[in-house]
Amino acid sequence: MNNGSGMVERRGSGLWLTHLGLVVGILFIFFPIWLAFVASTVAHREIVQPPMPLLPCNEFFDNYSLALTSGINAPVARMLFNSGVMAIGIAVGKILISLLSAFAIVYFRFPGRKLFFWLIFLTLMLPVEVRIVPTFEVAANLKMLNSYSGLILPLVASATATFLFRQFFLTVPDELAEAARVDGAKPMRFFVDILLPMSRTNIAALFVILFIYGWNQYLWPLLITTDPDMNTIVMGLKQMFPSGDEIANWPVIMATSILAMVPPVIVVIGMQKLFIRGLIESEK
Amino acid sequence: MEKRVSFRGIWLPTALVLPQIIITAVFFFYPAGQAIWQSLYIPDPFGLSMQWVGLGNFEFLFADRFYRGSFITTAIFSILVTVVSMGVALYLAVLADRLIKGSGSYRTLLIWPYAVAPAVAGVLWLFMFNTRVGVITWYLGILGYDWNHVLNEQEAMALVVIASSWGRISYNFLFFIAGLQAIPKSVIEAAAIDGARFWTRFRTIVFPLLSPTTFFLLVVNIIYSFFETFGVIHTITSGGPQQATTILVYKVYSDGFVGQDLGSSAAQSVILLAVVSILTVIQFKFIERRVHY
Repeated sequence: MNNGSGMVERRGSGLWLTHLGLVVGILFIFFPIWLAFVASTVAHREIVQPPMPLLPCNEFFDNYSLALTSGINAPVARMLFNSGVMAIGIAVGKILISLLSAFAIVYFRFPGRKLFFWLIFLTLMLPVEVRIVPTFEVAANLKMLNSYSGLILPLVASATATFLFRQFFLTVPDELAEAARVDGAKPMRFFVDILLPMSRTNIAALFVILFIYGWNQYLWPLLITTDPDMNTIVMGLKQMFPSGDEIANWPVIMATSILAMVPPVIVVIGMQKLFIRGLIESEK
Repeated sequence: MEKRVSFRGIWLPTALVLPQIIITAVFFFYPAGQAIWQSLYIPDPFGLSMQWVGLGNFEFLFADRFYRGSFITTAIFSILVTVVSMGVALYLAVLADRLIKGSGSYRTLLIWPYAVAPAVAGVLWLFMFNTRVGVITWYLGILGYDWNHVLNEQEAMALVVIASSWGRISYNFLFFIAGLQAIPKSVIEAAAIDGARFWTRFRTIVFPLLSPTTFFLLVVNIIYSFFETFGVIHTITSGGPQQATTILVYKVYSDGFVGQDLGSSAAQSVILLAVVSILTVIQFKFIERRVHY
């Protein structure tokens, strides 16, 4: 943060130029979202006759209720639910298995420890995009197509989360584990009673990042869900466009786009501090 | 780094790492192995047997004009996305950093587009530039410019670059502003007393001190534009026109799933695997250095 010394700060016209520059940037960032919102409040006939209005009209309720209850291929309410299950499943799953494996790797000396560590590290080099066909085949063989487990499990392993917890556990004072051991506490007691409460903030910060990561997945749901009722909202959007030459139902599509952004945006704004912390920590 | 204190046991720690190792083995290593194996074979037309072709799939790929073209497309695309999104973010971060009051609220306004998925960003920009109903297309038409990214290759590339960069500005802004605020104000003030103007101070002090952040963001943004922009390409252009926006990841998808050419798709996966490995190593080498700063 600035510490308020006036030496190199702008005053007068320089200050206004700074604000002006920022406002222009913010307008550039907001404009597409504003247009999407406006489009979600107008009737289809106004869209097909460009230019569309730049201020909201009064079809808001009609468009959103049409999208939520019937949508185009599947009700958007259903897709929102699927996205929610996927995002929460991925976030909780990743945090759980990463906490356990980081605990084992930091607090135990056991054969295979180094090997497991490197196996987890190597997953960084295998994003789903580079192994889509064979991963799809595995999921198909395991009968995971069009299922929540198929949406969640293949994305649940994460080196990043394991590293983050490992890094954090290494900073926990050794005396705590020493005391627990002298008291004869079992390792899992130490994990549940001491380590978990200490990791609260890290868990919350990571949850925010992973929730957004899961919510915004596109390629994997595109492959694994063929049944419109299992589509997530982010991948279902593209499916709402007509394949032929007719004009897309833009008001309903734009209402769906807005609905697709609302949950992750609420998470980012509502938990801004945790979000920033999670983002910067998980990239270290 | 190691803990001095450790618990004893073999079964417990093994059981603790097992969930992650099983998922990693089933969904990461086995498929990656399959990709490598499949890349050395071609399936017969009925999918009944596989025929060993050695590096044939790779030779075929590099002889393919479209595959070589896809490399160049990916390079142009990722350089443009990285430069545009980092440039705009740095500009906004430098402005926000100059303010004593209000930089917090600007930050809130600038960071939330991070939450917008690339595929959703693609749909938003597609809407504005749609050839029939797009607002910007319409206004460009008034100005006498006939926008048509469905037919024009350069316009298609420009559109996917803008849509991909737009969603990335927040992320870069956040890291730049953190980097700028970590620079001691006293250093900048000392230069100001010596009479250095803003631009001189930025060029000789701020930018060099920001270089760890810049380098980190360079690597991360290249990875982003290689892989996570799939949603943007798929929603806006589907790789077209004439494969002008078919980046490598999109080609793996379209050859493997749409074209059902498994051997070629697997070989492409293996090449991408090599690319990610190199990028990851660069990233980690750098991060290790960053710890010492």
